[in-house]
Amino acid sequence: MTMLPLSLHPFLQAGNPQLPPTEGIFLVATVVKMLIVFTVYMVGVAMLTLAERKISAWIQDRHGPNRVGYGWLQPAADGVKNIMKEETYPGAANLPLFILAPAISFIPAMITWAVIPFASPLPTPWGRIDMVVADLPVGFLFCLAISSLGVYGIVLAGWSSNNKYALLGGLRSSAQMISYEIAMGMSTVCVLLLSGNVSLNAIVQQQATTGWNALLLSIAFFIFLVAAFAETNRLPFDMPEAESELIAGYHTEYSAMKFSLFFIAEYANMVTASALISTLFFGGWDIPFTQWDNLPPFTVLKTVLTLGAFVTKVLFFLFFFMWIRWTLPRFRYDQLMSLGWKLMLPLALGYITIVAALILALDRAGIARGPAYGAIMFGVNVVLVAALFIFLDRGRIVSPAYSRLDREEVARLRAIAARNSNLAEKKA
Amino acid sequence: MSIGVKVLDRPIEEVSYVRATLKGMALTFKHLVDPHKVTVQYPDEKWDLSPRWRGTHRMLKTEDGKSKCVACGLCPTVCPANCIKLVPGEDENGNRYPLLFEIDEFRCIFCGYCQEVCPEEAIHLGRHYENAEYSRDKFVYDLERLSSQTHPVCEMWDPADPKGE
Repeated sequence: MTMLPLSLHPFLQAGNPQLPPTEGIFLVATVVKMLIVFTVYMVGVAMLTLAERKISAWIQDRHGPNRVGYGWLQPAADGVKNIMKEETYPGAANLPLFILAPAISFIPAMITWAVIPFASPLPTPWGRIDMVVADLPVGFLFCLAISSLGVYGIVLAGWSSNNKYALLGGLRSSAQMISYEIAMGMSTVCVLLLSGNVSLNAIVQQQATTGWNALLLSIAFFIFLVAAFAETNRLPFDMPEAESELIAGYHTEYSAMKFSLFFIAEYANMVTASALISTLFFGGWDIPFTQWDNLPPFTVLKTVLTLGAFVTKVLFFLFFFMWIRWTLPRFRYDQLMSLGWKLMLPLALGYITIVAALILALDRAGIARGPAYGAIMFGVNVVLVAALFIFLDRGRIVSPAYSRLDREEVARLRAIAARNSNLAEKKA
Repeated sequence: MSIGVKVLDRPIEEVSYVRATLKGMALTFKHLVDPHKVTVQYPDEKWDLSPRWRGTHRMLKTEDGKSKCVACGLCPTVCPANCIKLVPGEDENGNRYPLLFEIDEFRCIFCGYCQEVCPEEAIHLGRHYENAEYSRDKFVYDLERLSSQTHPVCEMWDPADPKGE
């Protein structure tokens, strides 16, 4: 009997629908998942550009695109136009980096999606297939690592264009993303403390038992949300673009499909950020108020319903991103920095301390992770949120004008103004 | 010289960025779901022009199909933009008619003096705005072009009825 170099044996083997599949099936399933997830993701991103234009139009009492196939084919029309357009290269640009930059900003946005679980496991005749492209045990750390890479694309785009607006945009984005990454990482430490695991599936399971982290760790959620806006360069933190100041920021010199790639990268980042918010703070694919969807035996129906729950959450946050964009004006650069360093970081650090102490106390008290545990955490958080946003926050803490509100500085400026007006009166 | 710095008095104790954000979001959401949209879907629906709208010209004709113009020369005289070119002619009965009547719509400032001054009510400004052409010389309207226009004409301001009632 001759042995094949790659044995076909594992592919043919039927497995238990409730147990993980063999390596061969795992490989095939992963390739299928990659293709499906990538396709859905890209189509979704294309439709998001339409959604953004429609939502912006409706918020501004307009109709939005409604000509090409009643508006539905607008993304296709945009794509065709962008591919057909002439690409221009600035004479003094660093061409290799100039060409590489859109890809570098585009790819990390997409890679992150690989580790996000989007439904409960799917039972198949060949074994139980996890509904995540790559179920990394360090999934969450992978997200943090990859999301930091996106800044390279923007910085390189800004630098290689050899254009001062682009360079300023790139510099701003690097400063902004690094600042907010710290706050973002700190806010997620609370999540890790509570779940005790960095696997995203484990975080989802933890939220299924104790309740959503948005309720248990509200302030961490708030910080993560604000940082996510900064990380994705969306308004009110779109400093790198800031068209009123920097024309188009880092992609000023880009044309045609390369510009489009930056655009797609922005939306891809948005989808990833929405999925991360949903997974870390809104229970991922967990259906709220029920337990039956999280426990084996897994069925196809459960997979479909949890997928629906996950997609709903992600879509809500995508809408939320757009809603905020068309509501808030842009922060000034110093306001952005002072918010990130003087408010978000200390707040996150303080909150970690409180959450760690609370978890320690609850564990010492012998309360099991369950609804009661969640209720106590929720109660403490209600008090903390009330303290933060009602008693402490009176234009002092969470404010774009925060950096301006140094009392002594204001008094000094007032004195100068008063003296000047006195001088002017005397002269007159 | 120091610069005069204007420092606004903010009601620091009462304001909250988060509260203001929520208020703003409520407002934008109200507009989002509001079915009333202000956009005019241009090629499908068109704006109602004012009866006094002054657009590109139109030459009116008599019942027998000739233009009403008697080539009196008042409109090129009164025209502040000097955009009307008129060469008068005379037929065998001694009636004057325009041999050449051209209006350069690029020079025209659409003041409406030509319509006001015309004793025969021949030249009129039109209630019309879709004037796109493929070349610049098409914007010099000759007599044939002016006479073949069919759009409604402008009702000039009437001092006896200043509000157009």
